[in-house]
Amino acid sequence: MHAASQSPWRIIYDLRARAIFYQIVCAASVVLIAYFLFTNATGSLARQNITTGFAYLSREAGFVISQSPISYQPSDTYARALLVGIMNTVRVSILAAFLATVIGTLVGIARLSANPLLSRLAMVYVDVLRNVPLLLFLFLWYAVIVTSLPPARQAYQILPHVYLSNGGLIVPALQWSQELTYISLALIAGIGLAFPFARKMRDKRVVTGVERRRWPLVLLAVIAPPLLFFAVLRPTLAMDWPEIGRFRIAGGAQLMPEFVALLVGLSLSASANVAEIVRSGITAVKKGQWEAAASLGLHRPLALRLVILPQSLRVIIPPMTSTYLNVFKNSSLAIAIGYPDLVMVSNTIMNQTGQAIEPIAIFMMVYLSLSLCISAFMNWYNARVALRG
Amino acid sequence: MPTRDRSATGQVDAIALESVHKWYGEFHVLRDINLNVRRGERIVICGPSGSGKSTMIRCINRLEEHQKGRIIVDGTELTNDLKRIDEVRRDVGMVFQHFNLFPHLTILENCTLAPIWVKKMPKKDAEEVAMKYLTRVKIPEQANKYPGQLSGGQQQRVAIARSLCMNPKIMLFDEPTSALDPEMVKEVLDTMVGLAEEGMTMLCVTHEMGFARQVADRVIFMDYGQIVEMNTPNEFFKNPQHERTKLFLSQILH
Ligand SMILES: Nc1ncnc2c1ncn2[C@@H]1O[C@H](COP(=O)(O)OP(=O)(O)O)[C@@H](O)[C@H]1O
Ligand SMILES: [Mg+2]
Repeated sequence: MHAASQSPWRIIYDLRARAIFYQIVCAASVVLIAYFLFTNATGSLARQNITTGFAYLSREAGFVISQSPISYQPSDTYARALLVGIMNTVRVSILAAFLATVIGTLVGIARLSANPLLSRLAMVYVDVLRNVPLLLFLFLWYAVIVTSLPPARQAYQILPHVYLSNGGLIVPALQWSQELTYISLALIAGIGLAFPFARKMRDKRVVTGVERRRWPLVLLAVIAPPLLFFAVLRPTLAMDWPEIGRFRIAGGAQLMPEFVALLVGLSLSASANVAEIVRSGITAVKKGQWEAAASLGLHRPLALRLVILPQSLRVIIPPMTSTYLNVFKNSSLAIAIGYPDLVMVSNTIMNQTGQAIEPIAIFMMVYLSLSLCISAFMNWYNARVALRG
Repeated sequence: MPTRDRSATGQVDAIALESVHKWYGEFHVLRDINLNVRRGERIVICGPSGSGKSTMIRCINRLEEHQKGRIIVDGTELTNDLKRIDEVRRDVGMVFQHFNLFPHLTILENCTLAPIWVKKMPKKDAEEVAMKYLTRVKIPEQANKYPGQLSGGQQQRVAIARSLCMNPKIMLFDEPTSALDPEMVKEVLDTMVGLAEEGMTMLCVTHEMGFARQVADRVIFMDYGQIVEMNTPNEFFKNPQHERTKLFLSQILH
C-alpha cells in the first residue's frame, strides 16, 4: 500500500489530479477550436476581399425600419438601426413575458378548479397551444390579422378617427412635446410609488386589524404626480388625427400587425407553458397544507395566496426562468413575419454591408448578455423565496 | 329553524351526527353514524386502519362532505352553504397526524396567520395571543424559528398552539402522536391532557390507550365504517361487548 502510493503512476488514480487534467483538456480544446475557426474565417474573408471590423457601425444605414420606439431615419447610422432592433426585441419580449405570466397563472389555477367546465377549458387551451409549433402559430396569427382585415382604403372606422385595417390599428395620437415626456415620467414615478404605498397600507391593515378600502388611495398615488406636472407645465395639447389616403392612412399612432401577431403568438404559446408550470407548482404542495389552512378558516383564494403559492414559487421559478429565456430567444422568429427585431435588422445590415461575422457576433453578444441578465435576476428572486430551515 | 338541535336538557350539543353516510364512489366508508357530543366532553376514537375514523372527524369540519344524514356543530348544520362552513371552521380546531405546519412561515407567523386574516385581529394582539399559547405548549423560545428546524414533538405542539390561537370551542385530533418518535409522544399527550383538564370539547383519534383511560369520557370503537361500540373507558377496556372490539384490544394492548 505504502509502496504503491510512492509510484509516480499512482497519480492517475488521484481524484483531484484527474479533475484538473479533464479541465485542462476541456479548456485546450475550446481554445484550439476557436483558433481554428478564427484563422479559417479571417483567411477566407481576406481571399474574397471582404472588409472586416466594426467601422461600418458609424456609416449611414440607408434603410427604413417600419416601427421604432425611438426616432429613426434611414439617414441614421447602422449603430442606431441596431439599437432600434434591440429595443424592438426587448419591447416585444417584456410585454410577451408579462402577458404570458398573467394569462398562464390564471389558466394554471383554472386547470385545478373544482368546476369541471373551467378545468376542461383550461386543459384544452394548454394542449392546443403547447402542441402547435411557434413558427406556424406566428404565421397563423399574422395571416388571421392580414387576411381578415380590409386594406387601408376600406379600413373599418370602429370609432371616430380610429381605423382598423390590414395595416394595423391606427388611433389619434397626441403631438409629442417635451412637457409630455416629463408628465409620462411622472406617471411612471407614480406607478412606482403606488407599489410600496399599497404594501404599506397592507402592513398597516395587518398591524391594526382595521380593513380599509385600498384602491382609492393607491389610484391617487398613481395619478397625483402626472396631474401635478400637468398643472404646472400646462402643455399645449394638439392631436394628430389619422386621415385615410389613397394607399395608406396618414398620421396618428399605429399598432402594426407584425407586432401584434408576434406579441399574441409569443405570449399565448408561452402562457401554456406557464400554466403547466403553475399547475405543477401548486400540486407539488402537499394536500395537508390546504387542509390545515381550511381548518383554520382560510378560504380557498386566501389559502392559495398566503399558504400555497408562496411554497409553489420555489418549484415554479426555475422552469419559469427557462420559459422567459425561451420567450426572449423565440422573439427572433420575428424575422419570419417581418417584425424588425434585432435579428431582422442585423440580417438587413449583413445584406447591405456584406459583412456577416460582425453583425452575428453583435446579436449573439446581445442575446447572451440579456439572457444572462434574465437568469441572474431569476436566481436572485429564487434565493429570496427559498425556504429557510 | 332546522339548524338548531336541542337535546332533552335544552342545551345545544357541541356536535351531533344523525344517520350520517358517506361514499367514496362505490365504497361505503361511513355507514349510519350516530353520535352526540356534549359540551366539554372528551371522546377517544379507535379502530383498525381504514375503518373510517379520519373520514368521520374530517366530516365534522367539512374537510370531507357527507352524502346522507345531518351533521350539526354547535347548533349550525353543515350544508353546502359556505357561510355556515366558515362559521363551523372558526369554532373547530384540527390537529393532523403530519402536523401540516406552513414551512415558509416562522412558528410565530404560523400562529398569527389565521387570527390576522380570518379574525382581522391587529398584528400585535395576534402575536400576544400566539405567545400566550406557545408558552402554554412550552416552546415560546422557538417563536422565530421555522418548522423545519423543530423536532416532531415540538412541531405537533406548535400545531396545537396554532389551532388554539383561533380560540376554538371544539378540537379534533387525528392520530396526533402516530408520526412521532416514541420519546416525543409524551410531551404531546401532556399538552392534550392539559387541554382536556381545562374543559375543551375534544374528539381524538388515537391508539394511546393510557391517554384514553386518563381523560376520555367515552371511548368509541369503529370498524368497517360503523360505530361498533361506545362506552366509558372503564367498561370499554374491562368489559368489551363485541368480538371485534375484543380482538382489536387484544392486538393493541398485548
Ligand atoms: N379520498 C379518498 N378516496 C377514496 N377512498 C378513500 C379516500 N380517503 C379514504 N379512503 C378510504 O376510506 C377508508 C377509510 O379511510 P380513513 O377514514 O382514512 O380510515 P382510518 O382513519 O380509520 O384509517 C379507507 O379504506 C380508505 O382507503
Ligand atoms: Mg386515519
